[in-house]
Amino acid sequence: MFLSRRARATLRAFTSVGFAVLYIPLIVVLVASFNISNTFTWPPKALSTQWWGRVLRWPGWTLKIWNAIKIEALRESLLTSLKIALFATILALLLGSLAAFAVHRYSFFGRTTLSLLVVLPIALPGIVTGLALNQAFRRLGLDLGVTTVVVAHATFCIVIVYNNLIARLKRMQPSLEEASSDLGATGMQTFRYVTFPLIRSALLAGALLSFALSFDEIVVTTFTSGASTQTLPQWIFSNLSRPKQAPVVNVVGVIVIVLSIVPVYFAQRLTDQEPGAAGR
Amino acid sequence: MTSAVGSERTTTGKRLSRFGQQHPNIKLGGLLTGPVLWLVLAYIGSLAALLIAAFWRVDGFTTKLVRNWNLGNFREMARTTVYRTITFRTIGVAFAVTVICMMIAVPMAFTMAKIMKPNRRRLAVVAVLMPLWSSYLVKSYAWRIIFIQGGVLEWAGLPSPGFGLTATVILLSYLWLPYMILPIYAGFERLPNSLLEASADLGGKTGRTFRSVILPMIKPSLIAGSIFTFSLTMGDYIAVGIVGGKSQFLGNTIYAKFGTANNLPLAAALSTIPVVAMVIYLMSVRRTGALENL
Repeated sequence: MFLSRRARATLRAFTSVGFAVLYIPLIVVLVASFNISNTFTWPPKALSTQWWGRVLRWPGWTLKIWNAIKIEALRESLLTSLKIALFATILALLLGSLAAFAVHRYSFFGRTTLSLLVVLPIALPGIVTGLALNQAFRRLGLDLGVTTVVVAHATFCIVIVYNNLIARLKRMQPSLEEASSDLGATGMQTFRYVTFPLIRSALLAGALLSFALSFDEIVVTTFTSGASTQTLPQWIFSNLSRPKQAPVVNVVGVIVIVLSIVPVYFAQRLTDQEPGAAGR
Repeated sequence: MTSAVGSERTTTGKRLSRFGQQHPNIKLGGLLTGPVLWLVLAYIGSLAALLIAAFWRVDGFTTKLVRNWNLGNFREMARTTVYRTITFRTIGVAFAVTVICMMIAVPMAFTMAKIMKPNRRRLAVVAVLMPLWSSYLVKSYAWRIIFIQGGVLEWAGLPSPGFGLTATVILLSYLWLPYMILPIYAGFERLPNSLLEASADLGGKTGRTFRSVILPMIKPSLIAGSIFTFSLTMGDYIAVGIVGGKSQFLGNTIYAKFGTANNLPLAAALSTIPVVAMVIYLMSVRRTGALENL
């Protein structure tokens, strides 16, 4: 290629520094979670696992791993977040794939407007989306709670599924589906045996990303959750402002970071086995 | 084409799919109804209602909403210097964050896609994804520990900017960097090496190749990344609250007007600023194909 050896070395060094900066804050949280003092000191005078003991306990030899979390509000909020992310993802999968198929397969009036409309909820700042939905829910007389958060999250997750799927549909050869119907398959059979296996990994990638987006969201959530519902980010946020709770928040932060390895791992597995990638 | 199937036992599925083939409009309607209703009714409807609320006002004495049309909020926004300052500050910070993210993301993404070996490349992508998936609040809080007096920066012997505008720009650039790296990386992956070699063969130096070959090819990715960095910065009020000190931004001003001041009309009027800015930006970049790269 066109780069000198020195240029390559410089780029590599720059990238290494970039990665270091990406990880420094995560390491800071990890170290702080073992800080013995409950007030902030850096570097920690001594290390201890006492804050970890405040959050986690040995659940015993049972399958109820759930019990490992000591703080009940934390357990509740984690469950709420998982529930919201799951339902929002399911809704986004449904609406996003319907829109993607419509835009990819048909030409109709307002097609380009629709593709802009899908992007809008994620392109507009969360505070605007949150405020608008908050007012709409209130005027409709709906009680703010898990359902309203699911509706709000699904709205901005649609685009994730939509974009993932439409990129896949564009790369798919129409000849495969044509061959299927030439061989006598009905539309349903073609979808089940030809189309779906080809789009499955794109759908899964979109689902993983929208799950993560919903799980970590706080701005729109604040406006649509009401007083009785608390998601994990909301639990973290409310505890951040209590100085005594800060070490506990660090522990929860580390747990969240470590748990994020699971979806990242699966997302990577998916892109590795992407169909069509080998044929290019 | 499908006539051979007709002789067999007709199942509901077959009947359905034949019906779909004969009536493509109904099939299209079936596909579109859900998403369009959701996005137009639930989302655009709410946005429109918010816009309408921007023309209302709050009675100073009773603190109740007065629903008669007036331009009072917009007049106040135009007249009050504070709002103008906040608007320019927010857009300025959004711009700065976008430029910083691009300047860091382009070389990183290039190195990942074109210089690293494939197995290290996979690891690098995971390394970018990991911080993206870990909690936004925890990361912001970590930067508080870094910037605070007696914090990590001072311990490392580096000057800390303290809480304020600089800290906000650094934190936001850090938070949104993966959103910039990923689309640009995807753009570089789609860029064939042969193009770079051809440019070099034709005598193009590094700078020329970058300007005339690389930049035009990754432009949609850059725009896609900038949509994230710009919009996320404009609406943020939490990261600003954690390291911003006393700085006022559009996000926390809207939040304060709505939450503490209980002045929905003014909050709605202020919300129109980021909405108008983003819609203009989206419309102007729609043709570049950037929106599909989000």
